[in-house]
Amino acid sequence: MIINHPLLGPRDAQEFTYLGDATLINRPYWLSENALRDFHDYLHLRDNPAGEHRELWFHEQGDRSWLVVTRNTVTHKISSVELACDVARANGRSTGREEAQVA
Amino acid sequence: MGYSGLRLIKEALTGHKGWGPQWRDASPQDAYDYVIIGGGGHGLATAYYLAKEFGGARIAVLEKGWIGGGNVGRNTTIIRSNYLLDGNEPFYEFSLKLWENLEQDLNYNAMVSQRGILNLVHSDAQRDAARRRGNAMILNGSDAELLGVDGVRKMYPFLNFDNARFPIKGGLLHRRGGTVRHDAVAWGYARGADRRGVDIIQNCEVTGFRIEEGRVLGVDTSRGYIKARKVGVSVAGSSGRVMAQAGMRLPIESHVLQAFVSEGLKPIIPGVITYGAGHFYCSQSDKGGLVFGGDIDGYNSYAQRGNLPVVEDVISGGMSLIPGLGRARLLRGWGGIMDMSMDGSPFIDKTHIDGLYFNGGWCYGGFKATPAAGYCFAHLLKTDRPHDTAKAYRLDRFMTGNMIDEKGMGAQPNLH
Repeated sequence: MIINHPLLGPRDAQEFTYLGDATLINRPYWLSENALRDFHDYLHLRDNPAGEHRELWFHEQGDRSWLVVTRNTVTHKISSVELACDVARANGRSTGREEAQVA
Repeated sequence: MGYSGLRLIKEALTGHKGWGPQWRDASPQDAYDYVIIGGGGHGLATAYYLAKEFGGARIAVLEKGWIGGGNVGRNTTIIRSNYLLDGNEPFYEFSLKLWENLEQDLNYNAMVSQRGILNLVHSDAQRDAARRRGNAMILNGSDAELLGVDGVRKMYPFLNFDNARFPIKGGLLHRRGGTVRHDAVAWGYARGADRRGVDIIQNCEVTGFRIEEGRVLGVDTSRGYIKARKVGVSVAGSSGRVMAQAGMRLPIESHVLQAFVSEGLKPIIPGVITYGAGHFYCSQSDKGGLVFGGDIDGYNSYAQRGNLPVVEDVISGGMSLIPGLGRARLLRGWGGIMDMSMDGSPFIDKTHIDGLYFNGGWCYGGFKATPAAGYCFAHLLKTDRPHDTAKAYRLDRFMTGNMIDEKGMGAQPNLH
């Protein structure tokens, strides 16, 4: 597979390591009432779709950036690649307002 | 009709015209007591033991394609009982005991061959770990034998013993492990189940569950609605997709695992060898092909094919263990979809929906478990209690902290 890195252009997938579903960006708020259940679900449960899947890849042997890759799990075809930090900010992460997000 | 040597001679003399189909091509009835989803090894074994051991009545096995067309037909055929942890080893030992009597039980030649499995060790630490695991196996009624270099050299003189980085220092030999003709397992269980009245319904895809007030009433299929008192799901590889129809998310990701077979060679590898320094295992089929495999590709996939980097990884592991492998030509490579669970161990459990049961998450170890998984799942379906050897395979074990991480790898599927 070739991953089209937003900054570096097309790179061999072998340069990356794979983490899993991109929902792992949305870490639960640790002080919320259901934190135990939230973290259990966050860590262990997966949608595991057959088809489009947004997932986290780490450019370990490159610029060490985290990417959100949208890939079809049936065909292995990659349709889009974004920087994970951009996705996280768009979700309201890393703004110091996580508590507000949960509440 | 039974199989025997006499029968074979008779058929040979009469042009093999007397063999009939081994199971009926059943059409779905309106209602069953038990519906098993998935006509693979596990599903068929479940139906077989449910009918034979637990007196289950009105049983159907629903299969989307044809029976035995999934992972039971795509694995590397190894059976073994060489686990360390208490949650695992009694179960796999139970499974191996069922394998040892399988052919008599089914009156079917599944070519169970206890040719021995040798796990190689390459360092003092690995030898200590092998000794510990061997003792755990013996305590659970299995067999284990720690071999030194000479013992290994006697069995497999062609291995790369004096590799500068990973010299072979010995191995843990599990003599009762071996290989089985994998397709025959599916066929044998199908025939046995059919003869006990189980309806095996092929080309019947489950499209939804009917659930009311937390209780399953039946399943919608491509061949109509089927009422069921209890539904057992046994669809390794597609577990996420099927259970999503019941609104459940599972601690499972689907990954692709590749396997390979070389051209036919003269007998060279009598047993199964596993490499301790890389992920590589190899045996030789009765047709002479070297059957081998290694790591999963490592990313979510429902494609029954992998990519080239893992082909290179597996074969370079093989070359570093068996330098002579480079002279053999690769005949075929293929991929199967694994239910990779978060701790590398399976599930045989009730769900929170009454009457809906789940068997899955076998990672790439489901084949050896086939008889015991079928038996224990049948036990659970019939009695609503887990079988003694499968008590640890609970769906809620990540919540309760009772993970079964056989190798201590961590809570992420592509580490196992």
